[in-house]
Amino acid sequence: MKIAVCINHVPDTAAKINISSDGKNIESSGVAYVLNPYDEFAIEEALKTKELLGGETIAISLGGEANKETLRKALAMGIDEAVLLKDESYRDSLSVAKALADEIKSQGAEIVFFGKQSVDYDNSIVGQLVAELLGFNSVSTVVELNISGNKIIAAREIEGGKEIVETSLPVVITAQKGLNEPRYASLKGIMAAKKKVITEKQPAVYQNYVEVIELKKPAPKQQGRILGTDVSAVPELVRLLREEAKVI
Amino acid sequence: MANKILVFLEQRNNQIKKSSFEAARVASDIASKLNYEIEAIAIGNNIDNLQEVGNYGVNHVVHIKNPQLENYSTSAFTKIITKYLNETNAEIFFMSGTALGKDLAPHISVKLDCGLASDCIALEYRNNELIATRPIFAGKALMDIKLTSTRKIFMLRPNVFKADKISDTSADVKTINVEDLDLSTRVIEVKKSDGKLDVTEADIIVSGGRGMKGPEHFHLVEQLAEVLGAAVGASRAVVDAGWRPHSEQVGQTGKTVSPTLYVALGISGAIQHLAGMRSSKYIVAINKDKDAPIFQIADYGIVGDVFEIVPSLIEEIKKIKSN
Repeated sequence: MKIAVCINHVPDTAAKINISSDGKNIESSGVAYVLNPYDEFAIEEALKTKELLGGETIAISLGGEANKETLRKALAMGIDEAVLLKDESYRDSLSVAKALADEIKSQGAEIVFFGKQSVDYDNSIVGQLVAELLGFNSVSTVVELNISGNKIIAAREIEGGKEIVETSLPVVITAQKGLNEPRYASLKGIMAAKKKVITEKQPAVYQNYVEVIELKKPAPKQQGRILGTDVSAVPELVRLLREEAKVI
Repeated sequence: MANKILVFLEQRNNQIKKSSFEAARVASDIASKLNYEIEAIAIGNNIDNLQEVGNYGVNHVVHIKNPQLENYSTSAFTKIITKYLNETNAEIFFMSGTALGKDLAPHISVKLDCGLASDCIALEYRNNELIATRPIFAGKALMDIKLTSTRKIFMLRPNVFKADKISDTSADVKTINVEDLDLSTRVIEVKKSDGKLDVTEADIIVSGGRGMKGPEHFHLVEQLAEVLGAAVGASRAVVDAGWRPHSEQVGQTGKTVSPTLYVALGISGAIQHLAGMRSSKYIVAINKDKDAPIFQIADYGIVGDVFEIVPSLIEEIKKIKSN
């Protein structure tokens, strides 16, 4: 059984985001990039699935040379192989999904993990797009996963609760925080990852249907107002909530 | 024949969700501007309030009915909607970006091989084009986009667009019973957290952070939430510490929210937290540290001990509510 995990290299959530001079991108210099936080849960689940069912794990990432750092992290955590689909040009989610689907198909993977969302462009759709392109089943935003034979029972997070979903292989699962506790890379794993080869491939080019017009900063929030420094400020707060915010 | 817009109405417990009426209202405004026909589609078994969509400017609804469609099925819903979009040749498809919407919309966009604008917070018709605004990096920046494919899907963030009624019209409902469903992926059970309001659907959120000093003190957050009719939220620090469930986390690796009122108790305001809640209409912050970044964006801040201020705030609000 081949198990794939698709991962992304994104600005750290602590980073300030500035817009580049052409207005179509973000300024990447001076920004620390990390493995997309949700992808850590995807990697962990891929490793757990291999421990359960056997087989091989492969990490796939689409992007520039810098994405190798993130692929190395996946290898250090215990993923067997890594492929970089090298392309830094603008792609919309569907174009990314088509390139990833091509690679997953050529690898013959039957279970594919994604983070439920990449914390850069926040579309939350690439995993589901890949599933439909491949004709795989899919369950998104998964917080519990049970694979037995061909059958899959997964819990996905919904507003104010969970849905228990039944489906079967082949499948794409997108991981939500809470699915598992991602392991730390061991020293041995980190050393071994350094020696592994990351295969570079040139993905096919697909048409984009989403055109970026411009990136902009949100309107600045008005400077904060301090009402007081102890309980004596409470009546004024309540008055403002009632008369200005009109929420009471 | 005029071009057509289709809007999806999502039901839970036989009721169409408020966020679907928001989408219907936006779609009907766009339909008037483009001079397009508009229709709604709902999938389920019994749905009680379908006619209500007429109040939001959509006068025709098709109800695709089967007892097995009471719960969501990715595979069945994808096939039903794709088929209907193709039969009616609808050019634009609207839905709300709920948990179901985010799961379903991408499947449909692959079937139609068309552009999908997810998580839109504004939609404007200018120079003969629909321009969508969507937050990126959890709202640290915004991106204006347009879809270049002929067919288009817009997924709207819940709780951002207003569902204001524009008429007293009751929509006419056409019911189509369907058989032979593709249930290869289907929900077999829905587990509700007992009566709890979700942060993404709440108009008021009361969140607690590390300043609450421990899970045993969160009853204060819950009590304030209760008197305000609010949902309970949490910072990443307290979720990572295991004090609160992840479903309550607000911020870049949790939920991005835009309620009318956001109350931050003992939250310092890390950049990833601010990203997730800064678009709230009114922000209240109560924190001991006067230099906490949360105060820079708080409309109403009180520098002080949450354990003294919150009980007094609860009492004051109770007094007003009982009058």
